[in-house]
Amino acid sequence: MDQIIVENLTKTFRVVRRKPGLRGSLQALVKREYQEVRALDRVSFSIAAGELVGYIGPNGAGKSTTVKVLSGILVPDSGNVSVIGKIPWRDRVEYVRRIGVVFGQRTQLWWDLPVLESFDLLRDIYSVPESRYRPIRDTLIKKLDLGSFLHVTVRQLSLGQRMRCEIAASLLHEPELLFLDEPTIGLDAVSKIVVREFIADLNRDRGVTVILTTHDMDDIEALCRRVMVIGDGRILSDGTLGELRASVTRERWLTVDLEESVPITPVSDPDARLIRQEGRRFCLAFDPQQISAAELIARIVRGWPVHDLFVENPPIESIIARLYSKQGTP
Amino acid sequence: MNAYLSILVSRFQILLQYRAAAAAGVVTQVFWGVVRAMIFDAFYRSSAGPQPLTHDQAIAYIWLGQAMLLLTLLSVDADVAAMIRNGSVAYEMTRPLDLYSLWFVRALSGRAAPLLMRSIPIFGIAGIFFGLTAPASLNAGGLFLLSALIGLLTAAALIALLTISLLWTVSGEGVSRLAPGAIFVFSGIIVPLPLLPGWVQRIAEVLPFRGLIDTPFRIYLGDLHGAKAVTAILLQLAWLGALIVWGKVALARGVRRLVVQGG
Repeated sequence: MDQIIVENLTKTFRVVRRKPGLRGSLQALVKREYQEVRALDRVSFSIAAGELVGYIGPNGAGKSTTVKVLSGILVPDSGNVSVIGKIPWRDRVEYVRRIGVVFGQRTQLWWDLPVLESFDLLRDIYSVPESRYRPIRDTLIKKLDLGSFLHVTVRQLSLGQRMRCEIAASLLHEPELLFLDEPTIGLDAVSKIVVREFIADLNRDRGVTVILTTHDMDDIEALCRRVMVIGDGRILSDGTLGELRASVTRERWLTVDLEESVPITPVSDPDARLIRQEGRRFCLAFDPQQISAAELIARIVRGWPVHDLFVENPPIESIIARLYSKQGTP
Repeated sequence: MNAYLSILVSRFQILLQYRAAAAAGVVTQVFWGVVRAMIFDAFYRSSAGPQPLTHDQAIAYIWLGQAMLLLTLLSVDADVAAMIRNGSVAYEMTRPLDLYSLWFVRALSGRAAPLLMRSIPIFGIAGIFFGLTAPASLNAGGLFLLSALIGLLTAAALIALLTISLLWTVSGEGVSRLAPGAIFVFSGIIVPLPLLPGWVQRIAEVLPFRGLIDTPFRIYLGDLHGAKAVTAILLQLAWLGALIVWGKVALARGVRRLVVQGG
């Protein structure tokens, strides 16, 4: 059964428009001009319990607005939203008890309190019984490796440490649903991997539904089976990573390394397109429906002294970039 | 523990760490207390006619004011203001808590901790050295504590209202600078209300600000006693209730128009 149902969700913001310069400022004193910004334009989707969905889009596309509406913070202009049977902004207090939220760029912990006391405070806020709280907290501390800085105040934590604490903080009340808004932003590679593995485990082992917004395509490739792409307040694509790829391009990439000993002769083929060359490495794009990978490889091996080669899908970044540009020029 | 109580206690604990600020506050307020007491002393010496307060009552009123000055220095809650500016206010709304109660509790702890740390030493110092008399009676002492507590809650409700106004003005500078003027005059912190001209007193009587310090102080001094004291406390409670309802309604409307940008 669908846990999240969103139908025709629309949200418009009104921003003051000011002409440049002193004159504009003076004019704005007397008469304000407003500009309507449509952050969400009839967005519809549904998500089943236990899914791990990536929600991606460029800055200002409406990602965060969606998450804020779904987490009960913003009231939309129109549209229906039902999450775990509740309307987030109307049943806010009752509803937020059952969800967890992490905004990567903000903190929900208390700057002046040690981590452990922040957790205790959250226990009281969510009225988690002590007998449940202790095992949950201890498991989170172990899995996210927080043991060494539990007694440090939050303001003294590094970003990676803090983010791990934020994630733990959002799960102390065992939510059924977790919203992660850019949880890996600014993290180093190691912390990113810890966070990703933890999210994957949480979704797999405990069945928590996770909605993840991110700019980091590695997050998406590592975690999400389903990806929703939003641009200009509209859902551009919704499906598996494979389907997303297929909807934009069938293209695959063949990378060829030439032997060291021979002089470089540019690799080319009538059915493939050279997309870049770095020294002895050539990267060709081809359409598997036009020429099979095996056929192309055979031809190239015949024509050039090949040391190594491999076939890959274009990185998800370039797929997304194309999806946006395709959308931009209808 | 109850969520709000737990937040109150932990914020209280954090604020109790600011000992240096409290010590500086005590020194400043004692200094100004001495200056103000001298001014009123001179005023009483030069005036021949009978005054609404006796000399000793006026001096005690001044010192009580110094001890509890913080109840009249009301401005927006700096933490919430920062949260509204940087958008962390979003997190406040993802808690299963009533937002007004949460902000009220924040304001309450933000006032209560520094107030306690400053008022107790000043009570002691003023009582020993500067002629702050004891409460008029045991009864007056008890009612004073009750009335002062209501005053503290009124301060928290006013801070909450100022903070909620940020949902409309963002910077909050305007309201935050305007409000203290009215509060200073009509609370009695500059000149004890009984010494003000009759027409100003009549305005002050219907405003909520006298409930901050004037009502508890006059009960302490025995100037308000018996039925008058009870009426004054009931008025305090009525204003407290009205301010809370006003705040709740304003916040509910403010939240609907809230825009949490970016992130």
